[in-house]
Amino acid sequence: MLQGLDYCLKMEVDNVVSTVREPLNWSGRWNHIQKVLERSGPFAHPDFEPSPDILGFLLNNCKLLVIGAGGLGCELLKNLTLTGFRHIDVIDMDTIDLSNLNRQFLFRQNDIGKAKATVASDFINNRVKGAEVVPHFCKIQDYDASFYKQFHIVVCGLDSIVARRWINGMLISLLEYDEDGNLDQTSVIPMVDGGTEGFKGNARIILPGLSACMECTLDLYPPQVNFPMCTIAHTPRQPEHCVEYVKVFGWEKEKPFGDAPIDGDNPEHIKWICGSACERAEQFGIQGVTYRLTQGVIKRIIPAVASTNAVIAAACSTEVFKLASSCGAPMNNYMVFNDADGVYTYTFEAEKSETCVACSQKPKTIHFKPTSQLRELIEFLCQDSMLQMKSPGITTTVNGNSKTLFMKSIPSIERATRPNLSKSLADLGLSSGQELIVADVTTPNSLIFILKLSDQCSAET
Amino acid sequence: MANKQNKYDRQLRLWGDHGQWCLENSKICLVNVTATGTETLKNLILPGIGSFVIVDKSRVNGEDAGSNFFLDPNAIGESKAKVATNLLLELNPEVKGEYIEEDVANILETNPHFFLSFTVVIACNLYGETLQKLAALFWCNNIPFVTCKSFGFIGYLRLVIPEHCIIESHPDNSHEDLRLDCPFEELCAYADTIDLDAMDKKDHSHTPYVIILYKYLMEWKKAHSGAMPKTWKEKKEFKKLVMSGIRKNADGVPEDEENFDEAVKQVNSALVPSCVPEKVQKIFNDPKCLQLTEESTDFWMMVGGLRQFVSNSENGLLPLRGSLPDMFSDSDKYIKLQNIYQGKAKQDMEAVTGHISQVCTKSGCGNGKISEKDIKRFCRNAHFLRVVRTRSLQSEYESPSKSIMDSLTSDEISDAVWYVLLRAVERFQSTNGRLPGMNNAEWESDVNRLKNCLYDLLKSWDIPGAVEAISDDFLQEMCRCGSSEIHSVASYMGGVTSHEVVKLITAQYIPICNSYIYNGYKSTSVTIDI
Ligand SMILES: [Zn+2]
Repeated sequence: MLQGLDYCLKMEVDNVVSTVREPLNWSGRWNHIQKVLERSGPFAHPDFEPSPDILGFLLNNCKLLVIGAGGLGCELLKNLTLTGFRHIDVIDMDTIDLSNLNRQFLFRQNDIGKAKATVASDFINNRVKGAEVVPHFCKIQDYDASFYKQFHIVVCGLDSIVARRWINGMLISLLEYDEDGNLDQTSVIPMVDGGTEGFKGNARIILPGLSACMECTLDLYPPQVNFPMCTIAHTPRQPEHCVEYVKVFGWEKEKPFGDAPIDGDNPEHIKWICGSACERAEQFGIQGVTYRLTQGVIKRIIPAVASTNAVIAAACSTEVFKLASSCGAPMNNYMVFNDADGVYTYTFEAEKSETCVACSQKPKTIHFKPTSQLRELIEFLCQDSMLQMKSPGITTTVNGNSKTLFMKSIPSIERATRPNLSKSLADLGLSSGQELIVADVTTPNSLIFILKLSDQCSAET
Repeated sequence: MANKQNKYDRQLRLWGDHGQWCLENSKICLVNVTATGTETLKNLILPGIGSFVIVDKSRVNGEDAGSNFFLDPNAIGESKAKVATNLLLELNPEVKGEYIEEDVANILETNPHFFLSFTVVIACNLYGETLQKLAALFWCNNIPFVTCKSFGFIGYLRLVIPEHCIIESHPDNSHEDLRLDCPFEELCAYADTIDLDAMDKKDHSHTPYVIILYKYLMEWKKAHSGAMPKTWKEKKEFKKLVMSGIRKNADGVPEDEENFDEAVKQVNSALVPSCVPEKVQKIFNDPKCLQLTEESTDFWMMVGGLRQFVSNSENGLLPLRGSLPDMFSDSDKYIKLQNIYQGKAKQDMEAVTGHISQVCTKSGCGNGKISEKDIKRFCRNAHFLRVVRTRSLQSEYESPSKSIMDSLTSDEISDAVWYVLLRAVERFQSTNGRLPGMNNAEWESDVNRLKNCLYDLLKSWDIPGAVEAISDDFLQEMCRCGSSEIHSVASYMGGVTSHEVVKLITAQYIPICNSYIYNGYKSTSVTIDI
């Protein structure tokens, strides 16, 4: 069964302006897409009815949000405006760097330092007549549900898993259910997501509440592995170990630039780290510490090329075009791409998890011993492959009073709750069946966990 | 220069400075300005090719300006080649570009030499006789030729390359070259100085797994009249033997020894016998290797030398790669071991160099022109050498390949069916002088016309019955799309095409052989040897 085929983005037909506003539409402008929008086809969505109104809807009514104006974002804005979308908002908190120019084709040398969202929007609005791209030079967390609610489709071209998880959580929080627990389909905002790493990439469609979401498939995004501390401190063998040593120990000890923290974009900083790492490497007879390697380790640089970026952004854009117009069925629902050895794609159906913390609408149960410390519970939330939280804050209700068990984000609360970490769950007054409310940067809304305490269980779900 | 290093940093980490050098010295030709074509060029200009030339005689019309980012609606009526060249040049001041407002068929007639200076030539939406002639010209001159198009939701890419030799194929997961099954003298000498039993606890738990496996393999071989563990059962037993070496504390409980855990984990891959991979063996038996002449390229000279090295060596193996993966160990033992592997690799490389200069002299192709750096890179990648040869376009049009026939006669229709449909579209074009589905009045009646073309095509392949296997749905979609270029589909193909061109220019990574079909309806794709 094709997940989501029963889903269809409904045009607000009454509002569609079908007479296409003239001067912006020179003769033949939309010929290419009009063919597939105005002719019936066996591979279209079952609900598809060819009509000139569809182009009118894309041009005048459909609102898209593009998150990220980098490698994928630049491509997305071009692709979407050339396939009829005009009303696009784009969010990016970054500014333009020289190393972006090998692929982020809307930026030039003299744009360096300016906001990506702004420069990208200006370029597109200039080049594609009628495009009304609105830039937002900020973080996605700066906006709340009332902002995200206004869009028909959200497209992500991000390099951060945490940001993807956050927006996924946001779109799930916008879902509306009736009294019987049936999902109101008009509250579904599809999320089309792309990602690349060197010659690899992936594109996927998430229909919140209907198909697998980010959290359902969190094991597809394994956390980054760090070098063990003892290797860095005592038994370095690779040039990377030497750089990491300087980053972790040398910088604090020597304070080469006063109190300034390491700035990966400051060549003086990288030069100093590279020099110190070379010294350490020499002590141990390790070869291969270079400036490029040093910068790669410090900034955790992920290689990127124009071509693979273009492919993934294009695959995402085609899905947005099909979702918004129904002129083709959406892909089902996850594509893996690799073009190192030939060109390889694998498209499969990622499955919705019945126990997903984000979209199953069921609180997750976690099992601990009464003697387990709070610290162990927090470690579990961070290390479980299906949770991968970053720094969870936990509150609960004890004897009718709200109680914060631990919270790192606010220093005064952190200080006050730190002693709780080494207390046992029983000593904290927690009992079996207790609801824990967990907040984390990976989700815009707190999650509820049910704590089950028993002597036999170790930390398992 | 430092500026350039920073600008290209993210890609230099993939193909290195020498790959970038190839790119910066390349000259690319694009025939026909389509969205697929300009998107391909965009993705080549950004990473910094040397220069490009666009050949197109036509003028910008409203339709093209609507779907191509590099055609300006204010320039409707002007030369497409000129408008696209100017907008593309804005992308990278390091890249030079020119345009020629002339028909490709015309240049082929009057000045075919024009095409022979290019590194790679890309043609979009080219059909019929002109396509065949152009492809034949490049085939004879060993110039890689790429033809591509996007057609509605379908994308098509074909590489036509007589011969493409790759030293750095960058395999994703390759076995390490540790030679534990046939340890070399220096490795034995070092390992024999180590006595695991005499070590203190810290030393013992900080000895690299390579040494541990070496030691226990010696013990195993002694007990098994020199044979290695081969069967699954023997390997399991061998793992037990390795584990028995883990130190125990006073209570007889095994200590945590990460290096031993690693050793057990590595048993299976370390016991894969060292050998010359089949693909490399095939390259050794290639006529180009067997008959070196003064015309032979550096690649084949090096292959010739490598072959001689292998046949002269005692164990018949390739030169040692010389890299040692990171493993649990103290710095001292790891670095010593690394130096031993590197030293042996250097020794092998020097021997290969000697053989190369011998075969060079024998074949009369002069000596010493291959740099040490190149030979070193060649030896390090000796296990991964690749030679790619595609069919010529001429032979493709003479007879369909086995893989395309198989895909048509198998039960499940693969994306390869779209290739057959595109060929039917070509027939349609040559009989009707236009593409199917071009105009609204006729698009539905074109379905039957296209079906006739498909039938004719399959009849010419002696499989007229296969027409039954291809549902009318496919034909209807072809006519529905009517050769339109949906920008995102064009952009996808521009991405894939440019990527393959970068592989051809840098001679790194492995290009497709020989055709790629993208299905935008389902977001799937297939590579077929046509
Ligand atoms: Zn979910």
